[in-house]
Amino acid sequence: MEFPKELRYTETDEWVRVKGNIATVGLSDFAQDQLSDLVYFESLVEIGDTVEAEGNLATVESVKSAGDVLSPVSGEIIEINGDLEDEPEIINTDPYGNGWMFKIEMSDPTEVEGLLTAEEYQDQSEG
Amino acid sequence: MHEPTIYEISVEGRQGVRFPQPDVPETQFPENFLRQELPLPELSEIDAVRHFSGLAQKNYSVDAGFYPLGSCTMKYNPKINEQVARFPGFLHTHPLQPITTVQGNLYLMYHLQEYLKEITGFSGVSLTPAAGAQGEFVGVKMIKRYLEEHGQSHRNKLLIPDSAHGTNPASATMNGFDTLPVPSNSNGTIDMDVLAELCQRDDIAGIMITNPNTLGLFEKDIVEVTRLVHEAGGLVYGDGANMNALLGVAKPADFGIDVMHLNLHKTFSTPHGGGGPGAGPVVTTDRLAPYLPGPIVTVLEEESEDTAPLYGYLTPEKTIGQVKAFQGQFGVLVKAFTYISMLGAAGLRRVSEYAVLNANYLLANLRDTYVVPYDGLCKHEFVLEGVWKDIPDIHALDIAKRLIDYGFHPPTNYFPLIVHEALMIEPTETESKDTLDAFIAAMKSIAKEAREDPALLHAAPQSTAIGRLDEVKAAKMLNVCCLPQYNQ
Amino acid sequence: MFIPHTYEETISMLKTIGFEHIDELFSDIPAPLRNANLDLPEAMTEMEVSKYLEEISQANETTQELMCFLGAGYYNHYSPAIVDSMLRIGSFYSAYTPYQPEISQGTLQVIYEYQSLICALTGMEASNASHYDGATAAAEAVLTAFYQFNKKRSNVILSHFINPQYAEVIDTYASDLPQVNIIHHTAEDADIPSLIDKDTALIVLQYPDFLGNIKDYSAIVNTAHEHGALICVIVNPIALGLLIPPGEWGADIVVGEGQPLGIPLWFGGPGLGFFATSKKMIRKIAGRISGETTDANGNRGYVLTLTAREQHIRREKATSNICTNQALLALAATVYLSALGKHGLQQVANTCYQNSHYAAKEIQAIDGYTLINTEAYYHEFVISCPVPVNEINNHLLDHGILGGLDLSEMYPEYENPVLFAVTELNDREQIDTLVEVLREFSHA
Repeated sequence: MEFPKELRYTETDEWVRVKGNIATVGLSDFAQDQLSDLVYFESLVEIGDTVEAEGNLATVESVKSAGDVLSPVSGEIIEINGDLEDEPEIINTDPYGNGWMFKIEMSDPTEVEGLLTAEEYQDQSEG
Repeated sequence: MHEPTIYEISVEGRQGVRFPQPDVPETQFPENFLRQELPLPELSEIDAVRHFSGLAQKNYSVDAGFYPLGSCTMKYNPKINEQVARFPGFLHTHPLQPITTVQGNLYLMYHLQEYLKEITGFSGVSLTPAAGAQGEFVGVKMIKRYLEEHGQSHRNKLLIPDSAHGTNPASATMNGFDTLPVPSNSNGTIDMDVLAELCQRDDIAGIMITNPNTLGLFEKDIVEVTRLVHEAGGLVYGDGANMNALLGVAKPADFGIDVMHLNLHKTFSTPHGGGGPGAGPVVTTDRLAPYLPGPIVTVLEEESEDTAPLYGYLTPEKTIGQVKAFQGQFGVLVKAFTYISMLGAAGLRRVSEYAVLNANYLLANLRDTYVVPYDGLCKHEFVLEGVWKDIPDIHALDIAKRLIDYGFHPPTNYFPLIVHEALMIEPTETESKDTLDAFIAAMKSIAKEAREDPALLHAAPQSTAIGRLDEVKAAKMLNVCCLPQYNQ
Repeated sequence: MFIPHTYEETISMLKTIGFEHIDELFSDIPAPLRNANLDLPEAMTEMEVSKYLEEISQANETTQELMCFLGAGYYNHYSPAIVDSMLRIGSFYSAYTPYQPEISQGTLQVIYEYQSLICALTGMEASNASHYDGATAAAEAVLTAFYQFNKKRSNVILSHFINPQYAEVIDTYASDLPQVNIIHHTAEDADIPSLIDKDTALIVLQYPDFLGNIKDYSAIVNTAHEHGALICVIVNPIALGLLIPPGEWGADIVVGEGQPLGIPLWFGGPGLGFFATSKKMIRKIAGRISGETTDANGNRGYVLTLTAREQHIRREKATSNICTNQALLALAATVYLSALGKHGLQQVANTCYQNSHYAAKEIQAIDGYTLINTEAYYHEFVISCPVPVNEINNHLLDHGILGGLDLSEMYPEYENPVLFAVTELNDREQIDTLVEVLREFSHA
């Protein structure tokens, strides 16, 4: 189970990678393991949409479960990973790399401070 | 070996059932509306009979064996029900016939209504909902309507125990409510402290409870639960799926429930049909009765010395509206009526006595082999954990699949959600001691195998014509229709 | 009665549990609640109950004694013997929902075949395993459309000519979803395009419509799609033996009542709601779906698929709460369509059309009776009568005829309107008898 140190996490199992003003968002390794083989990914937002932190970004489905992807931060959607619609299993195999889901231009970069560190998230998940 | 589909058996030019030619002068069908192709298969009657009979042989069923399925009440479906429901007098009546021509049907529905009220202690009833889930939808909507009428629309939160069946929160959402979970305590019953705290809120619309709950435990504090919710300004919805434990023993109306649904295809012996049809009548107290969906059968004219009563329909004044066309799953209602007529009060009580006896007997024999998270006297069902701390590789699913090799349908698994790797077992009263003993032996044997030869569980089932199926592949392929043009 | 335990077994089992008396099994129920003396009639043996129910059933008049010209959503058709003989098989009717696919391939394959047949009839790409009936299927279509647009579009337009019961059920289902606005159109369908805008989620049409009319809806479909709105068509499955299916003229969702497909009238239930749509929308629909797959050895099999949408997983996020559906009736429809096949269904569909047009023409020829339908119609039609419909129907009943539905309240724009339905079971002799009795009210 991986919890990359340079990322921040939410209590709802999303991760955030920050580069300047841009936040890249995905589901954690723990989340994909819980969901098991994903068969479906659907984005609920479009490029240009504004989102609030904890707003619904996407739905993912496996055979035994379904989950929502919630936004860790507020801002504007600037990119969506188009590969996930046809190959949602990338989220299982590479959750932190090619399984990235959204790129958001943050409206309030300080929000990231309030998210969990890798250590805190690991404690929460495995505790 | 799979059975080919009807399309694969189809041979051009074959026809099964034929019809006479029309004997009226011909009218030309408008060309612009005439379809060019009708891609239906062509089978002879014997092809069809062999095909469907062959498929029938690939099904497990109550007629074939035991289903220890918690929350489903898979009791024996009396054959007489099948016969009676097909009496021509019932089979060939149109739902919109004038009431004077269907007094038999209306008599039956009226008395079934009375019986269900008597059994549950409620004063209002509607037979129209087509299934338990629809009954829930109706009951929750009735609560909503009542609150609106009494200036309580701000109450938009429904409390739902974390052990509840998934249809409960779904029914809440369909009616525009938000849900608040109520945790269970370490005994497996509603956490009264948390409930009391939640009832301090001013936006509580009510609570959806199941009693006995989905762990098979009787909520001892039920009267306090309903009192707290009523005091908080809310109403109580009862999920009647577990009624098999209470027949002739306790009346849910006495618990303080305001509205409840029943599952005729569980408690009242109507068959499951491979996934329906069911029926989910709703019973209620006086204050919610005006909101019931119609049509409800009533006595329009009392009987006199030489005439029978005249039965007809009524729609309650403040009804939430119709929830399906016509008056309900009549063909199912006939079976429930027949069952209750055969059993009578004493027979119904025996049903619950033996349902609870059978469940406790199984529990007594299995508690040393499996972990029972909430142990003690259970009602008609109980929950085991399908996992042992010292055998991390075995899960409820493996035990379930291995049971198939022993000739049993698996119990309900992964429900309720509050038990880890749950296996919910409900034997029902129609299973004999022999069957239960065989089941116990199988469960014990599997527990032993889990320790000594887990590969047997992981590979299970091996005795069936087909093994574990690839569900991921099904979801990705999404082949849900065998017409060639729809599958790339 | 169905409890197999002997006295000795009961005592032995109680002993294992640690009890002496059966009443102890209920000691966890507080004493004040342990009170259920049920006031019910005396128990009966099977023999007695059979007689009792037979008497009850004989207090009805049925479509076997009466000539039935009543339809309005439920129809008197011939159900071939093979249908009921399959429904009587214990391993079909006493089986549970196929959650354990290895031991439920029978049910799962039947559902898969049923889904395929519904696609064939409707011209759509995907069907679910059924809803309770046509009305609830239509209501679920409204919910589907609503969630398809992520609740951003609120208007649903119902044609004036859909079954009024379906409209009421849609109202009930939508009544507590405040963002959904059900518009009951009261004028002609031709006016609908002017109402469509980007806030329209769905338009619900019926084909043939409630008055029997077969209409070309292409103007509405085109306008709807231009604005991104969806079209739901309620259909009659027998009519689709002849009619161009909605899947071929732009329907997004097709629903209807499957009772005509070999299911008895049964006083209105259990019936069969079918629901079909495009593959694109399949994840948005409620209900079970059977899909093809393989096991580890490559054997073909079927499983319930896309279950993550359903209530037992999504819980409060599910778009519908449906659990039990109408599986056994889906089996009936599958057997019916397999037994009739392409040619059989075309025969039945054609006979219904022929018989109804003969009836309409003969009735129209009676002075005082007018056929309201001016364009193409299928097996139902509306006659405007010289006297109130209930008078006519009472008289018809005295002559052993079940008259059509009195439409006076639902469609007050017509004078003494009655909706007649004619099927393959109404032969020329029956129709001629109907005409003769109707003639007694003629002005002539």
